[in-house]
Amino acid sequence: MNIDTLIPVEPNPNIPVISPGDTVKVSIKVVEGERVRSQVFQGVVIRVRKGSASANFTVRRIAYGVGVERTFFLRSPSIEKVEVLRHGQVRRAKLYYLRGLTPKKARIKEKRPKEERTRGVE
Amino acid sequence: MIQGIIGRKIGMTQVFREDGKVMAVTAIEAGPCSVTQIKRVGKEGYEAVQLGFGTAKRLNSPQSGHLKKVGLLKYLREFEASDIDAIQVGQMVDVGIFKAGDLVDVSGISKGKGFAGVVKRHHFAGGPKTHGQSDRHRAPGSIGATTSPGRVWKGMRMAGHMGNERVTVRRLKVVEADTERNLLLIRGAVPGARRGLVTIRKSTI
Repeated sequence: MNIDTLIPVEPNPNIPVISPGDTVKVSIKVVEGERVRSQVFQGVVIRVRKGSASANFTVRRIAYGVGVERTFFLRSPSIEKVEVLRHGQVRRAKLYYLRGLTPKKARIKEKRPKEERTRGVE
Repeated sequence: MIQGIIGRKIGMTQVFREDGKVMAVTAIEAGPCSVTQIKRVGKEGYEAVQLGFGTAKRLNSPQSGHLKKVGLLKYLREFEASDIDAIQVGQMVDVGIFKAGDLVDVSGISKGKGFAGVVKRHHFAGGPKTHGQSDRHRAPGSIGATTSPGRVWKGMRMAGHMGNERVTVRRLKVVEADTERNLLLIRGAVPGARRGLVTIRKSTI
């Protein structure tokens, strides 16, 4: 018996398809005592891991000069929204090399859709 | 009321709790089991219920005599039961005896580790890694004194066979009991390999 077919995990409908190199804005539900507020974490997706219930992605941002990484579960119900602000053009699946780079060096080229690129040539 | 059920470990996964945190759970295909024998004070000297689980391809003749009324069952295990007169042979038991939040004890046969050294088997620290040591990295050290007592104490922890024995984990919480799919989700880990036979009993402590 396969455990993934037996206990299906519902995907979070608020999470679009994201890939490494994308700049995303993640809104997370945070419970503070009685109150529920939403917290935003914006940065570059440096890794996406597969796996039914444990699928996750890691977002890296520079906060006050310090690199901060946060990992979210892809199926987590506590993620309110994920906005993809920019698709990045990268050649690796895991962007760990960004950790050793200065913010200026760690900039990622934007990936533009095909038709936009051909239009530029004409 | 029968206090337990037989099941088969399916594997582990994780589920999201209502507060958004994840929880590791073990899925068990539990039951349905049928009552194969009722043990009474008058005959066996104590009260218990024997349950059967799984389907056997064929039975030998003593088994087929024992299971004449209930059919081809592969595994038989004994459980405590209360109100034994209300139970009949052939009666079915399913995961409905548990509900979410119940505490259960789960027994299974642990994964066999073969002949294991003291570092793995008894968590010994082993010897120093450097400073000219040879052959001492995973050695047990001294196992006793000299002339007095002149022997090794009984029960001295040494290398030997590890695993492949019955292990019980007590007070595990039931997360979900699905009678339609005969599925039991239990928080945390459960002894044994995937597809291993486990027994789940209501916790008494």
